[in-house]
Amino acid sequence: MRQTLSVLVENQFGVLARVAGLFSGRGFNIESLSVAETLDPTLSIMTIVTEGDEQILEQITKQLNKLIPVIKVVEMADKPHVERELVLVKVAAKPEHRAEILRMVEIFRGKVIDVSPKNYTIEITGDRDKIRAFLELLKPIGIKEIARTGLVAMTRG
Amino acid sequence: MKKRTGSQILLECLKREGVEVIFGYPGGAILPLVEELGNWDFNFVLVRHEQAAVHAADGYARASGKVGVCLVTSGPGATNTVTGIATAHMDSIPVVVFTGQVPVHLIGNDAFQEADIVGITRPCTKHNYLVTDVRDLARIVREAFYIASSGRPGPVLVDLPKNILTSTAEFHYPEKVEIRGYKPTLDGHLPQIRRAANLILKAKRPVIYAGGGVISSGASEELRQLAELLRIPVTTTLMGLGGFPGTHPLSLGMLGMHGTYWANMAVSECDLLLAVGARFDDRVTGKVEEFSPRSTKIHIDIDPTSIMKNVRVDIPIVGDCKRVLRRLLQVLEESHVDFDEYRKRLEPWHGVIDEWRRRYNLTYENKGNRIKPQFVIQKLYELTKGQAIITTEVGQNQMWAAQYYKFDSPRTFLTSGGLGTMGYGFPAAIGAQVAFPDRVVIDIAGDGSIQMNIQELATAVQHNLPVKVAILNNGYLGMVRQWQELFHGKKYILTRLGEWNPDFVRLAEAYGAVGLRATRAEEVEAVIREALAVPKPVLMDFWIEEEENVYPMVPAGEPITKMLLV
Repeated sequence: MRQTLSVLVENQFGVLARVAGLFSGRGFNIESLSVAETLDPTLSIMTIVTEGDEQILEQITKQLNKLIPVIKVVEMADKPHVERELVLVKVAAKPEHRAEILRMVEIFRGKVIDVSPKNYTIEITGDRDKIRAFLELLKPIGIKEIARTGLVAMTRG
Repeated sequence: MKKRTGSQILLECLKREGVEVIFGYPGGAILPLVEELGNWDFNFVLVRHEQAAVHAADGYARASGKVGVCLVTSGPGATNTVTGIATAHMDSIPVVVFTGQVPVHLIGNDAFQEADIVGITRPCTKHNYLVTDVRDLARIVREAFYIASSGRPGPVLVDLPKNILTSTAEFHYPEKVEIRGYKPTLDGHLPQIRRAANLILKAKRPVIYAGGGVISSGASEELRQLAELLRIPVTTTLMGLGGFPGTHPLSLGMLGMHGTYWANMAVSECDLLLAVGARFDDRVTGKVEEFSPRSTKIHIDIDPTSIMKNVRVDIPIVGDCKRVLRRLLQVLEESHVDFDEYRKRLEPWHGVIDEWRRRYNLTYENKGNRIKPQFVIQKLYELTKGQAIITTEVGQNQMWAAQYYKFDSPRTFLTSGGLGTMGYGFPAAIGAQVAFPDRVVIDIAGDGSIQMNIQELATAVQHNLPVKVAILNNGYLGMVRQWQELFHGKKYILTRLGEWNPDFVRLAEAYGAVGLRATRAEEVEAVIREALAVPKPVLMDFWIEEEENVYPMVPAGEPITKMLLV
């Protein structure tokens, strides 16, 4: 089972190390993690995507809550929510592929943000499925590099 | 307002927390604080190794229920505390450890005696702090004591850069602690407690399984009331010994790997298991899939992570054991159930347990002149009338102490249950003796583990602490040898110590303590009597049967019904 956790934490040094240490120390899995300050500069939001069976996911949430600087843990999988990730993809832009690449970028509502004689760099945002589909389509053309922000998520309404 | 130095602020905070004793060791990074200590009346117990400072503070905390306090210097002083901190962490003991640190501007420079102790201890403290501004110091100290002693207790470390100790600030003592990410749940959820009560009242073969949480929350009295009201038998974990009177007719003794036959059978055959402040640790459950297979399980614990971690339970109740048990008693009393009838219904169950008890009682062969370790513990029990505070090292000595000394009150059995730290018992006994100068405090030790912190003899002598140490000397790392005998083809590799052990009697004397020896069974009583009579630290060296094993024993990974009996 996959779970996306939205974790509200004190914006202090060492908090990321505590969270990361909890996962590594107990053998939990981090698929992606992103952290940034909230509107309130004393707080940060961490979005953690993790995987495990029901018992492990329950432990992860409880262990996170046990950390003193963790204020709130929201389990996104249980709630209607939206998820997005931003990905930069550098793809080989041979003359015979350029039109196809641009078409795909348009279909997936991405953007070409850098062009060089050999490569295009594409920016795309989306949920997990969209990103996966886009990368699958680009693979045969030749992906040279990708950089991903990790997922961020928010409950609906 | 007059400004004060960080050292003054720290000591003022300790006063206000009610601290009387500090265990520790000085060093360069904390010298300003050490100098300031001269102006205050704290009882500073100077240990001989920083690990012992934490164990002593831990023993002080376990015996007294107060927060134990340690102060050590930076670098190696700080890293030496790690085993002590991890020990306290595994057993949920409230300890606050202050470590020196290089000045803030040198942090990260690989300065002399610098160690990232906050990074090192992050996974083995309940929480830790690096103070980077003297204006935060009072708040941090206040929070440290609050976090250490509330909820599920545990160790908190505060790292003090040297310049924080000397820089100045106005002193503002926060009257209230407000930590938005830390709000322990104390009162159990009432509907859950009602559900638990209903299930208990339906049970025909109930057992209470009580752990260290009963002791840390002070719930012994409530536990006894509950057990007596319904006549439910009680088994305790190693950490729970003393939480329910060991001599009580409803006591089944300890369960688990070296638990009694009847406790393990009762837990395995019960139809309702009420776990109170215990965490289904692997030494208790054995093969977890086959643990208590037919029971409905109710689990009361203050730490939500302890619930559903190893064993699926039917009714989880997050809360302080004392408060939840009180509520449970109220609910039961308001239920207008005929308790006489309930107790009568349990009679066949008690009959079954008594039968198990008759079949395999705790026993050992005691003939000839060789000293049996179990006999030594029984004599200690007899001659102290069960009133001593007992600490243990780790291994066979620990298990024999747990099996043969009957603990009737909480905070009288101090042992490293979770981490299993050899070298714990002696400094812990020193801490307990500081808390209770007039009580008999005995460390039950092995010849291996006593040597892990034997330097603390100097501490005991210096501070006139009449701690007694009973070394069950079999010339082996006994528990490891026992495993080698049973599971590794009797290949006693790396476990023989006897020929190279020091002469413990002369060693004690060299430190200015008293050394006594018994080599034959008939000498045991006289040695114990003499040790108890001398108002000094005493090492008793009992030359016991070398290859005596601890039984019953459940081999690791087996269900707890698969016991090796004598």
